[in-house]
Amino acid sequence: MKRSLYRRFIRSYFWFSFKQDPIAVTSFAIFFILIMLSIFAPLIAPYNPFDSGSIDIMDAELPPVWTGEGDSRFLLGTDIQGRDMTSTLLYGMRLSVMIGCGAVMLQAFLGVLIGLIAGYSGGKVDAVLMRMADVQLSFSTLMVAILISAIFQLAFGVSRYEEMAIPLLIVTIGLAEWPQYARTVRASVLGEKNKEYVEAARVIGLNPARIMLRHILPNTLSPVLVISTVQVANAVMSEAALSFLGLGMPVTKPSLGALINSGFEYIFSGSWWITLFPGIVLVIFVLVVNLLGDWLRDVLNPKLYKG
Amino acid sequence: MIDKAGILKVDNLVKHFDISGGLLEQLTFDQGRIRRKEVVVKAVNNVSFTIYPGEIFSVVGESGCGKSTLARTCIGLYPPNSGEVYYRGERIDNLSARKMLPFRSKMQMIFQDPYASLNPRMAVRQTLEEPVRFHKKNISDSEIKDRVAEVMLQVGVDPLWADRYPHEFSGGQRQRISIARALMVDPEFIIADEPISALDVSIQAQILNLLMDAREERGLTYMIITHDLSVVAHVSSRVAVMYLGNLCELATAEMVFESPGHPYTRALFSAIPKIGRKKADHIQIKGEVPTPINLPTGCVFHGRCIYAEDRCRNEIPALTEADTGSLIACHGIEEGRL
Repeated sequence: MKRSLYRRFIRSYFWFSFKQDPIAVTSFAIFFILIMLSIFAPLIAPYNPFDSGSIDIMDAELPPVWTGEGDSRFLLGTDIQGRDMTSTLLYGMRLSVMIGCGAVMLQAFLGVLIGLIAGYSGGKVDAVLMRMADVQLSFSTLMVAILISAIFQLAFGVSRYEEMAIPLLIVTIGLAEWPQYARTVRASVLGEKNKEYVEAARVIGLNPARIMLRHILPNTLSPVLVISTVQVANAVMSEAALSFLGLGMPVTKPSLGALINSGFEYIFSGSWWITLFPGIVLVIFVLVVNLLGDWLRDVLNPKLYKG
Repeated sequence: MIDKAGILKVDNLVKHFDISGGLLEQLTFDQGRIRRKEVVVKAVNNVSFTIYPGEIFSVVGESGCGKSTLARTCIGLYPPNSGEVYYRGERIDNLSARKMLPFRSKMQMIFQDPYASLNPRMAVRQTLEEPVRFHKKNISDSEIKDRVAEVMLQVGVDPLWADRYPHEFSGGQRQRISIARALMVDPEFIIADEPISALDVSIQAQILNLLMDAREERGLTYMIITHDLSVVAHVSSRVAVMYLGNLCELATAEMVFESPGHPYTRALFSAIPKIGRKKADHIQIKGEVPTPINLPTGCVFHGRCIYAEDRCRNEIPALTEADTGSLIACHGIEEGRL
């Protein structure tokens, strides 16, 4: 009678509605390609843009191949330092996705934990934690990020900052947006905690941690999944915004945002490709993730479909 | 004095709920002054009774009279505001979670809504295994498997379905699984909170019979919360009648049906339709149940009682033994007026 996980998945409503929705399939295909390109960037990219030895400043600002003035070595042209745009783009996307996913994992961890505790404990604990979330939300992500990175740069110096940029950005964006998760999880915990299966677990004598993690958490995961997609898009955007402001990735290791920024100064002198290509990739990635999130929300919304 | 013979003894149990929210929500502006006002629902007031081993003790009353709160307070889901709960002579209402553990496997609870009482993300096997694994740490996997199969057979669910999820079962089957979960830890006392009221009439009898069979096989004691008077007549040995959080009559099932004492009990049990009875036999009570937030003074039933006198309006009647042997909380009965 035990059915394999694969067969359960194939026969599920989830898979069925995915197949029915061309937008979801297309979005997922593009998302998958972008993720694969990011993961395997070192294998696919023709050059290593982080290796300063291989860069020749004489190649700087070459336009894309099809404009006629380009160099056949550089498909999408080069940036102002002479790096191959294709490779820089792939590596940049890799960094952006890495920071985005890392930040969302941190947000989800903090937010789910705080939301669970607040919702399940109620009373003063709930009030204190949720007011913390409100205060946190009243600062914009950028403000928190600017504060943290400014303090860090002051404390450790700019050279150390370049090494630490990736974890620092993950922590910054992660800390700035956990209340989104905390609020959503708390709301669903409040709905679940008075249901009789939770009371049954309490009658058995299980401790609160176990009830929260084993009984309540699995029943609050669908909204978490939905906001995760939106939050990945948001985190990538935040990272791009921070890098654009010069508070994110350094020029030597540019993410999509840093690339857009570095090309921005040259856009009026004709080098449009340095900004345009990372911009397009960023927009496509964010759009695709948001479309997937929309679809996921529709599928997992218990009001539209009861599973 | 502690009554050793009782399996569960409840002494002057009081449970109030504060529904006024946080400090800011409690503040009201009244006649130029800010004052703090707490709104309290008095769900259970000074309830005392003892349940003896082997009994089927029913608690009846209309919706909102505090039956479910009483059940949940007895089993320790809610801490009482005052009063004591004893299990076989040991006080359990003030125990820490750790000290409460041995009692958790002796007392179990069956819930009303079979659609809410099983965790939708856990297969039946996981749901049933969890309490055993938790209470008997050194039990082997094969023993647990046997036990799950045994209990599932007993409640009438095919053990082959153990790996299915709750949504694959019907309401009656779910209630069986819910009963199985309670039986897994080998309890001796089960509190059933409206175990059949969410089910189809045809399924109700099956579940009731299942509960009675389980009682015979395992020597269980039940406390059944219900508003279904035919269930009361069918199974219970003693009946407690509740009105607005107060116990108004406690008697054997025959006594309650044959000669109910308390005016409320009379009205309640006259509401059971009987073949050949004229409509005039109904005792109609006027008005509506007052809110449990502002309890009436004196006897909680006085506003709707045709026998109410001044004493009823001012003095809360105590549960006293009537000539018939029933315990009744009514000044009229005590004075011999009724």
